[in-house]
Amino acid sequence: MEMTRRDAIAVGAAAFLIAGLPMRASAATEDLIAAFTGGAEVGAGDITLTAPEIAENGNTVPIEVSSETAVEILVLATGNPAPSVATFKFGPLAASRAASTRIRLAGTQDVVAIAKLPDGSFVQAASTVKVTIGGCGG
Amino acid sequence: MISRRDFLQTSMAAAALYGSSGFGNWGRLAAQQALTQDKLLEFDTFGNVSLIHITDIHAQLKPIYFREPSVNIGVGGNKGAVPHITGADFRKLYGINDGSPSAYALTHDDFSALAQGYGRVGGLDRVATVINSIRADRPDALLLDGGDTWHGSYTCHHTQGQDMVNVMNALKPDAMTFHWEFTLGSERVQEIVEGLPFAALGQNIFDSEWDEPAELFPPYKFYETGGVKVAVIGQAFPYMPIANPGWMFPEYSFGIRDENMQAMVNEVRAAGAELVVLLSHNGFDVDKQMAGKVTGIDVILSGHTHDALPEPVLVGETIIVASGSNGKFVSRVDLDVQNGRMMGFRHKLIPIFSDVITPDADVAKVIDAQRAPYVDQLSEVIGRTADDQTLYRRGNFNGTWDDLICDALISEREADIALSPGVRWGPSILPGQDITREDIWNVTSMSYGEAYRTEMTGEFLHVVLEDVADNLFNPDPYYQQGGDMVRVGGLGYRIDVTKPQGDRITEMTLLKTGEKIDPSKTYQIAGWASVNEGTEGPPIWDVVEAHIAKQGVISLDPNNSVEVVGA
Repeated sequence: MEMTRRDAIAVGAAAFLIAGLPMRASAATEDLIAAFTGGAEVGAGDITLTAPEIAENGNTVPIEVSSETAVEILVLATGNPAPSVATFKFGPLAASRAASTRIRLAGTQDVVAIAKLPDGSFVQAASTVKVTIGGCGG
Repeated sequence: MISRRDFLQTSMAAAALYGSSGFGNWGRLAAQQALTQDKLLEFDTFGNVSLIHITDIHAQLKPIYFREPSVNIGVGGNKGAVPHITGADFRKLYGINDGSPSAYALTHDDFSALAQGYGRVGGLDRVATVINSIRADRPDALLLDGGDTWHGSYTCHHTQGQDMVNVMNALKPDAMTFHWEFTLGSERVQEIVEGLPFAALGQNIFDSEWDEPAELFPPYKFYETGGVKVAVIGQAFPYMPIANPGWMFPEYSFGIRDENMQAMVNEVRAAGAELVVLLSHNGFDVDKQMAGKVTGIDVILSGHTHDALPEPVLVGETIIVASGSNGKFVSRVDLDVQNGRMMGFRHKLIPIFSDVITPDADVAKVIDAQRAPYVDQLSEVIGRTADDQTLYRRGNFNGTWDDLICDALISEREADIALSPGVRWGPSILPGQDITREDIWNVTSMSYGEAYRTEMTGEFLHVVLEDVADNLFNPDPYYQQGGDMVRVGGLGYRIDVTKPQGDRITEMTLLKTGEKIDPSKTYQIAGWASVNEGTEGPPIWDVVEAHIAKQGVISLDPNNSVEVVGA
């Protein structure tokens, strides 16, 4: 093998993508939740959030929310600069109360889904989605 | 009437007894008399179903040396639990005598001295002999390959995996699942899989565009064996596009997907499966967690984290079997299935002592045919280890092979700091042994081996180390990727494995000056195996070969640059 000094010290393309430390939930998140619930207590119950544990691509992360009875589901990416993702509304004749979409995550953070149930109460599910540099699998 | 739980625990105790008498006693006997093939293969055939598990071969066709890790830290609920037990603690747990064949096969102490006596391990021609012997007892035994098969050697790289495909076909597996195979690129993987004479399974292999199951990889397959309807479900490595370059297989998405796993178990049970086997490349801790979340799996054949365990681990009513790596072990699991329920099992982890087990002549011929075109390149001697120098990789932090690779990167690429991936494959080299080109490729071969050189600020370097550390030490196994810590050269640091991401790594020091790493200062970093598309640089095997050739005899300074706390 021939390797010249020029080869040896040439600096190549960036070998790592930028990824940061886990993002904290912003104050904006609390405001958005308060606006949705009107300040009511949020419990656990009829809401399922499906999200990957580690995102394959932080720019397009598939998520799904579902519920048997929800009339409305709010989805927030709590660590994004703008946490709002979507609000799904289901009418009384909805055959299924589920929605899936892809979202962009600025970094490792909790994704939260809050459902408003027909009796006016609120339930929530949350999932930590990690956005990582990766690169060292066994 | 005895409950199923009682049955399982009773048989677990029986199996443990068998395991320790079969395994430990076998070790003691061997200390007194020569090891024999009959003793290695001795097994009192049990029940009505036999499973044969081999995994993470990493293209090791020929016998090798392979040192097990001395450091394997468990975090969270897995602290101090198998497989996070090494050395003397491991031997004590399983009743293995110091210096016995089992001690040599399963633990790291006195590795190079014991290797002189017990010789090499593995070799797929020896594995063939073991498989044939099990099939002689139980002709319809199922042979299941856990993946990481078509990666890891000179010949595998140059034939794009064809050497392994040809040899594995000669062993006649019934199914396999995947990880490093995908780093051949999706086109090549599709080409091979379309021609495979056995099932290519993965319930978590999805089409990335539509997020639907990928047609080429069915989630499961049914087998009739011993009058029992067996469903084998596949689970590919969940984090392939993250831990490996996703741009090489952009059509595919993976993930753990345990809701879909539960759906598949329910589906096969509804279709009449009497025994549900998961052929998994999750890694051991992920499999343990999955066994606690998904109900209805009888046996998990666990791969990816390269753990070799002489007894299955029981989680609820699921047994988890871990069969090592690099062709060093084969597991045999006999099961008694009655009326659609697993009533008991018997298990043996069979170490492939290559001097004791006679090679199967037919498979040996197939192996030689794959290697024949490359024999001159493979056997060229590049250097030699000093009389007190072992080269190995396995362990949570730098092994000596990694130290050598990092030295090569720093000197050949004029860098301040070197980074080398924390992979778990790569055989060992004994003191005073020639290092051939094949040996170098065995620890470096991959389809994205460019040795890059780049600049990083101290702050960014810290982010990189924290990120990788969290992939290993996150207390929730579902957030772990199953590799080891990124290896470093020219850099020292302290790591507290109990802290959260961002707080684990402190006291980063540039070794050549002894100065603390300055977050705002820029450093020259050399590394390899970047997952980013367009990474430039000479192949790592050329860098390492050039360095070894210049050194001649390899003698490394002891590496004390990483201080671990909280383990």
